[in-house]
Amino acid sequence: MTTHVDGNAIAGVLMEIFAVDMTDSRGECTTCGDVAPFADTRVFMQAPGIVVRCRSCGNVLATIIDEDGHRRINLQGMAWLDVAH
Amino acid sequence: MSAWLIGTVQGLREETPSARTLHLDVPGWMGNEAGQHLDVRLTAEDGYQAARSYSVSTAGSGQMLEISVDQLENGEVSPYLVHGLSAGDKVEVRGPLGRWFVWRPTQTEPIQLIGGGSGVAPLRAMLRAHEMAGSTAPMRLLYSVRSPRAAFYRDEFARLATSGSVRIDYVYTREAPPDWPMPPGRLSKEQVAVLTIPPDKTPTVYVCGPTSFVETVADWLVELGHDPANIRTERFGGK
Repeated sequence: MTTHVDGNAIAGVLMEIFAVDMTDSRGECTTCGDVAPFADTRVFMQAPGIVVRCRSCGNVLATIIDEDGHRRINLQGMAWLDVAH
Repeated sequence: MSAWLIGTVQGLREETPSARTLHLDVPGWMGNEAGQHLDVRLTAEDGYQAARSYSVSTAGSGQMLEISVDQLENGEVSPYLVHGLSAGDKVEVRGPLGRWFVWRPTQTEPIQLIGGGSGVAPLRAMLRAHEMAGSTAPMRLLYSVRSPRAAFYRDEFARLATSGSVRIDYVYTREAPPDWPMPPGRLSKEQVAVLTIPPDKTPTVYVCGPTSFVETVADWLVELGHDPANIRTERFGGK
């Protein structure tokens, strides 16, 4: 089962990180400039991590990796992230 | 909202040969909007944990809720939820989650719901919330399903359609009822055009189902003239 899901499916994990529901928070892809809510990203769940890709160009927007009791978050693929309170 | 709560299974209802609806009583649950989901976490005896996200198929205040789970082949969590649970058993849940794939009774624009298979679960919550609120916003569901036997919420949908407050259309992809006007077959762009609220009424469209289904339908909606900003999608993977 390697089909991707979308950002709705990681709402719980995102809430652990950002402390708010991020599904309607928008970000901009550094590669193609597409602006989308987290809910409308393509999400690949592959142990030990989560890969979030742009819906338009497939650029990696973010990775969330759990390892040895740590969680490493990389948001390098986003130019900005507008957190909706 | 991000704390794990202990839910107790109050009852189970078979939806299809491979899917069940679980009625959960979750002390601490603050109620949920239509379309929101929750995470279910299972812990094995050796401490291994697996969590999965499921749509809540009900809406409203209170700590009683339902989720409908279809068993995935080789799934880690769904086989247990469909076959392993009995009334009185406990499961860990977290939620409600999600603010994007949500319908609120304050919305007055026409609403088109499009569901594939078990993707109809959050749309059922929207239909129930629409009825509960006495909303006069037009609401219509297009439900693509393998066969009559594989259809979720059949009796409830029949009652809702009869009440006249919503319109429900079925497309059968593998096997249709004997007297059905259309031969079974995959949902087509033409059927979507005919069986949904047209773009000139500027409906908000909610699409939920397997990833390939959702992405195909969302592309068709844009080709048919819907503004992408009015299309909300939820993909749960699958085929």
